[in-house]
Order: sequence, then C-alpha cells, then structure tokens
Amino acid sequence: MKEILEILEKDARLTPEEISKTLKKSVGTVKKAIKKFEKDGVILKYKTIINRELVREETSSVRALIEVKIAPQRGYGFDHIAERIYRFQEVVSCYLLSGTYDLLLVVEGRDIHAVSSFVSERLATLDNVRGTVTHFLLKKYKEDGDILKRAERDKRIAISF
Amino acid sequence: MKISKKVREIPPSGIREFFELVIGMKDVISLGVGEPDFVTPWNICEASIFSIEKGYTSYTSNKGLYELRSQISRFLKAKHNLNYDPEEEILITTGVSEALDLALRALINPRDKVLVPNPYYVSYYPVAFLAGGVPIFVNTKDTAFKLTPSIVERYVSKGVMAILLNYPTNPTGVSYSKKELLELSKVFIKNNLIVISDEIYDELTYDFSHTPISSLKSMKERTVYLNGFSKSFAMTGWRVGFACGPREIISAMTKIHQYTMLCAPIMGQIGAIEALRGSNRYVMEMKREYKRRREFIVERLNEIGLLCPKPDGAFYVFPSIENTGMDSLEFAKKLLKKEKVAVVPGTAFGSQGKGHIRISYASCMSDLKEACVRIERFLKARNG
Repeated sequence: MKEILEILEKDARLTPEEISKTLKKSVGTVKKAIKKFEKDGVILKYKTIINRELVREETSSVRALIEVKIAPQRGYGFDHIAERIYRFQEVVSCYLLSGTYDLLLVVEGRDIHAVSSFVSERLATLDNVRGTVTHFLLKKYKEDGDILKRAERDKRIAISF
Repeated sequence: MKISKKVREIPPSGIREFFELVIGMKDVISLGVGEPDFVTPWNICEASIFSIEKGYTSYTSNKGLYELRSQISRFLKAKHNLNYDPEEEILITTGVSEALDLALRALINPRDKVLVPNPYYVSYYPVAFLAGGVPIFVNTKDTAFKLTPSIVERYVSKGVMAILLNYPTNPTGVSYSKKELLELSKVFIKNNLIVISDEIYDELTYDFSHTPISSLKSMKERTVYLNGFSKSFAMTGWRVGFACGPREIISAMTKIHQYTMLCAPIMGQIGAIEALRGSNRYVMEMKREYKRRREFIVERLNEIGLLCPKPDGAFYVFPSIENTGMDSLEFAKKLLKKEKVAVVPGTAFGSQGKGHIRISYASCMSDLKEACVRIERFLKARNG
C-alpha cells in the first residue's frame, strides 16, 4: 500500500479508481488506504506545484534562506525555539541541520525590506538566537525533485518498432 | 541504377504508408513508440559529456572498451551467475540490432534454415534472409504467442540450425519462466539448435525474475546471448549492445564487425560503463512505473472491450481487435483518423499478428488515460 504514496507524490490527481487499476487492488481497498494515510497524517495535504516565474503578480514577493545559530534550551533542545520561529507566517520552511549553524529558514516577504525587518526585529531579537546570516534567493531551478521548467516536448519519433 | 536482387527480394513493409500518415499528423497521442519515454539518467549523460571534454573521441578496440566488457562480465556474474570471459566471449556492438546481424552472418550457410517465432520483431526476417538463411516462421498464435516444446518439435526438420528467441517479446510482451525455458532448452539440445537469444527487455519482467537461457545447463555452448542498454537504461539513441557466446562465435562475429562497424561509438561505450557502475535506483523506478502502467492499460482495454491478456514483460500489450470486425491496419488507420491515437497494426510483426494491435505503454499516465478514453469512444461510435 505504500506504493500509493509513490504514485500520489508524482500525481495527486489520479483518482482512487485509476490507482486501483495500476495496483490491481479494489477501489475500496485503495480508498480505505488513502483515508488511513490522511487520518494518520502520513498524507498531510494535496497541493499544486506552480512555476511562479511565469505568473504575473500584482504583489511580488522575495524569498531568503536564513541560517540561524541557536542556544538550545534545557529540556527542549531546539524544538521549542524552532516552534517559536516557524509559527511566524513569514517562515515558509524550517529545518534543523548539523554543522556550523542550527536552523535553516526559508522566509518570504513583500520585498527586501520586509524580509530584513523580519530578521532584525522578530528573529534576531528572540532569546536563544545567537546570530543570523541572510541569503536572498535569486532564482529557483529545481525544487523537491521537480525542475521548474515546462515539461519538454517528446523527442521520440512517433512510431518505431 | 540496378539494385541487388537480394535487396529487391526483401518484401516491402506493409505499413510504410500508415507510418507516413502518423508522422504527418499533428497532436497525435502515439502509443506506437518502441522506446522508453524516459530520458537517459543524467549520471550517464554527464559521464559521457565529461569524456568528450577530456578528448575521448577515438576508435576503441574492435571488441569494445575492455573496461565495459569487464563490467558486463561482472554484472552478468553477479546477476545471473553467468560466466563470460571479457577477453574472448563478449563483443560490444552498435545495439542489439547489429549483434543479431553479426550472429546470423557468422553462423549461417546458404539455405540454412532459421526458426523465427511469429509474430516477431521486424528485423528478424530481413536480417536472417540477408545473411543467406531461410527463415522458417513458427506459428505461436494458438498458444497465446508462446513457444512450447511440442511446437518447436513440429517445425524442426532437416537443415534447421538455429532459432531466434526474443523474450520478453516485442510485440507481444510474452516471456518465459525458468521452468518453461528448461523444457524448451531440452528440445533445442536434442535437435542441436543454436539459440540466438535477444533479451534486450530482460529488466522489464514484472512478475518473475528473468532467466537468461544461456544460464541453463548445456545451453551456454549453444547460445548467443544478446543484450544492451537501450531499454533498461533508456539509452536507445546511444546504440550500445553486446553479444556473449562461445569464443569461436564471438571471434567470428568480431571478424565481421571489425570490417563493417569497426567499433561501437566510444561516447556510448563510456555512457554504458557509467550505467553499470552507477546506482540502479533509477532503473528500478522506471520498472515500477512501467508495471503500474501495464496494470492500468490491461484493465482499461479489457473494460472497453478489447481482449487483452496481461503480458509478462517489455512495455507492450498486444490486444485482439478481432471482435471489432476490422483488420489490424484498418483499425489502426481509422483510430488514427477518428481519434488521433496511433497504434501499430499487429501485421507489422508478421502474419500471426493479424487481428491484433501493438500498444506501447512507454508513455506517461495522462497520455495513456486520454488514449483509452479515445479508444473507448471510437469503439462505442462503431458499435452504436
């Protein structure tokens, strides 16, 4: 049943009927498995991958990757302070890493000023945050396995043996 | 200009005109493609690009890069417990197509008979014929396109010296379990047949593991094992294949190869080395995807009224269209004109493909889904 995850991860719009055909399982079984994945939080939600570069937006936005150095707290480690950070709407992603800093954030703001004021006023001022380094994102090429380009035309000749 | 008698004697392909039709039409969903829809894994492309940058643009030895032959030898040992000596029992060719031609030319004397199970991959007849042999078609239609020992026995007669095997089979997707191969091998041995075994689709066997016939007892010495990188690593355009067999045969094949092809392109050979060296994660991913598509297309075709047995491997299904009252070519033409879906008439693969079409599921799921909707509409419009 785990194969359902592999299938949905590639194309979340396949219906349980179609999935049931590809796996040789009854529609009921597939539906039940998906329900269970959803209930257990294995499947969190279904989203769409959008190539923002092609969307003319009235309100543009910028993103920055921010390294954050943190002093862990007794009894909580990094989790508590991480939560105080990732709950901000500006924080799009938040990862705990090994190495020279602790958290890596992806932060989104209306413009450069919005991001920098978030960093200087909200983030850097938190207790336990020891330092930050901000990298503004210039261009996205690939994200979570998807190359951010329109799929290329099939280059094969239409008929071959 | 006078063209040779031999070439003139090769029967023209009956579906050339249909091909032109497909190629000239826009927005067709083609399920007629005999190659993977995936592109070659990037590690392979990158290794080859890097080698060109470093100046690897020369000939290789006739037999192919030793490194590649030795990788193949190790791969076959690890995977199938096959022992082929990279020095003398492996030849790198420009795809399996060349290897097949070499094998036949190396073995056949004028008027030697070669068994060709029908339906067959398009080149088998012309290549055997050009080599001077007499292709004898083995009718497999009554046994669901599968060879059986008794069928083979029926066709073995004086002068039959070899059989062309291809499994998983293009166009039918049929393959053989180890047990079935054992039974067949007894007949081959008993009748002293050489087996030319084209196993290019071996990685795409879905319900059991593939057994090379040369791995069976007393078969290695009478088998020319052909394989390549086109299907398993999605490397069709690289043109790299190989032949493994008894040293006399490989040496004879090399003799022809050195004067005709000289060597397989070095860029392709270097790509192939990387294919064997790298992780097979991508290969397994492609295989799982093909398997899901197979289940989908078999279900759907049967649902919409085309009798379609589930094939063992490759990426083809070979459903019957007999109940539509149309013949293969007529069905393919009408489907193309009415619904812009291209399939290959079964008769392209020999007389026994009559009443069938070949559908390739080397296409993305959304195309397969849409194509099935269109085929369903096509059939309904005819019935209603």
